[in-house]
Amino acid sequence: MSTPQETSGQAYWRANIRLVMIHLAVWAFVSYFCGIILRPALSGIAIGGTDLGFWFAQQGSMLVFIAQIFIYTAQMNKLDRQYDVHED
Amino acid sequence: MELQTLTTIVVGLTFALYIGIAIWARAGTTGEFYAAGRGIHPVANGMATAADWMSAASFISMAGLIAFKGYDASIFLMGWTGGYVLLAMLLAPYLRKFGKFTVPEFIGDRYYSQTARIVAVICLIVASITYVIGQMKGVGVAFSRFLELDYDTGLYTGMVIVFIYAVLGGMKGITYTQIAQYCVLIFAYTVPAVFISLNLTDNPIPQLGLWGSLSDGTPLLQKLDATLVELGFAEYTAQKGGTLNMVAYTFSLMIGTAGLPHVIIRFFTVPKVRDARASAGWALVFIGILYTTAPAVGSMAFYNLAKTVQPGPVAAADGALEYEARPQWFKNWETTGLLTFNDKNGDGRIQYRNGDTNELKVDRDIMVLANPEIAKLPNWVIALVAAGGLAAALSTAAGLLLAISTSISHDLMKGIFMPDISEKGELMAARVAMAGAILVAGYFGLNPPGFAAQVVALAFGLAASSIFPALMMGIFNKRVNNTGAVAGMLAGLGSTLIYIFWFKGWFFFPDTAMAANTPDNHFLGIAPEAFGAIGAIINFATAIVVSKLTAPPPEHIQHMVEDIRIPKGAGAGIDH
Repeated sequence: MSTPQETSGQAYWRANIRLVMIHLAVWAFVSYFCGIILRPALSGIAIGGTDLGFWFAQQGSMLVFIAQIFIYTAQMNKLDRQYDVHED
Repeated sequence: MELQTLTTIVVGLTFALYIGIAIWARAGTTGEFYAAGRGIHPVANGMATAADWMSAASFISMAGLIAFKGYDASIFLMGWTGGYVLLAMLLAPYLRKFGKFTVPEFIGDRYYSQTARIVAVICLIVASITYVIGQMKGVGVAFSRFLELDYDTGLYTGMVIVFIYAVLGGMKGITYTQIAQYCVLIFAYTVPAVFISLNLTDNPIPQLGLWGSLSDGTPLLQKLDATLVELGFAEYTAQKGGTLNMVAYTFSLMIGTAGLPHVIIRFFTVPKVRDARASAGWALVFIGILYTTAPAVGSMAFYNLAKTVQPGPVAAADGALEYEARPQWFKNWETTGLLTFNDKNGDGRIQYRNGDTNELKVDRDIMVLANPEIAKLPNWVIALVAAGGLAAALSTAAGLLLAISTSISHDLMKGIFMPDISEKGELMAARVAMAGAILVAGYFGLNPPGFAAQVVALAFGLAASSIFPALMMGIFNKRVNNTGAVAGMLAGLGSTLIYIFWFKGWFFFPDTAMAANTPDNHFLGIAPEAFGAIGAIINFATAIVVSKLTAPPPEHIQHMVEDIRIPKGAGAGIDH
């Protein structure tokens, strides 16, 4: 939470950056890692005639992306109020 | 009813709808012309963004691209959707809070530099013009294939339609037409997909059918792999390209998507900062409906095609289809040149193989265009696909033209050359710039430069290596100053351009290429299309180092950055 010297805007920004970092880590994990780099390692997990990496690359990562944006939006709506920086 | 008449009626009805919307949604102020009065509901904006984003290429070509590249085409699926996560978290809400009208305007103000603004305008215009040429071609092609109008007439018709609603309505008219266009294109895309999935896998949902099994119990993808191997191709689900190239390519497309101005300005139309975040989510939902359908369409249509021409075993002499026995849809698409048969061994059968013995050339667009006929769907579905392709091309063209015309009237005229221009004068200038942009796009559509196919790489490369890093640092790094930003943009842009030209020829003249465009010659195996990722890293590094060595941005700029980081007070932007 905010230290005495810090304005609520700065504390809000720090909290936001933390959320963004977590979401970007998930974003990169499902696409670059599960979909591409780790695909050989995941090849043992079969799904619908192919393997888990293929699923992440052609469908799974897109579904995670959509979920992520809505989760981030809800989290930020909460932060906006918590730090009193919301609109109207 | 005859297909030709039916298609004319369906396309005519959709055009009448777009013009009706244009008359209803005329823009009266620059605020309406540039940002639809900032009154668009986030879900509606999400739908408009989806139509804005999904081009003729997404609608007509992407499924075919997936069919022929298999797993390797995943870069397009992830790359063209992952950018929306970046938009939602890194750009859209802050640029909406900034509350102005164009992307170069933010870059110019944040870096207190007309030079930065002009560099951004140049990137925007080059990226958008190259992109819009493809859309105009798409309009001409859709008309000529479905309506047997000639290409030129089709292109003129498309220009007139865009002219009416974009010049009259600006962003306001474009937004509402894009919503209508989204409905047309998504319906046209999913209906044939549902039927083809039902036919092959008994599952009406293509997104599930892709992982389903055929009537003999074998999973579709497994069967497709086996079929392709039999014909001498690589497995559909196997990785063919290098891993680092796939990663870099995907990253370039993601940040390129997030940096494309015609997409960013859509988020200026929502009322609030929080709407900008939610709207990116809705945009991705609407885009995702098509993008998750495309891999199903690609694999299923490809499987159907392979099984049609090769019903029996490859080893058997009578395994391939007799040319005389080819189905009606095959004949229809032969006349368009999308399917060409050359009986090399003279046995009267269609050998579809990988390599020299191949006798069938298949254009990738056929995977979407011929789908309704392959699945034996009624004529009205075919008519709908024509209208859907046109909707996809027109909606993207309009969004690009708006980005071009606003940066001319607002950034160049109002911002640099004629700061005293009145509101009315600026609105007129915007309309004239729009008309001019349509003529330029039409000219290039009629006389497509030889490099038209290469330029999409250029558009994404520019957006990824110059615009995206400048915007992101403008918000997330208060220390980056005018010199740093300009140096960064030029370094990113320059390195990306040189790399693309090195392998594709200077200004795309093929004989001037410095090295053959093959993975062995590429730096770390990274293709020119994927170099935007490296260009962006060069941009970030240059901007940060140069800024460290020069004076920090003035106090008021640092305050401005602090202000755009919080949603409070966004209303002020509306009156600007």
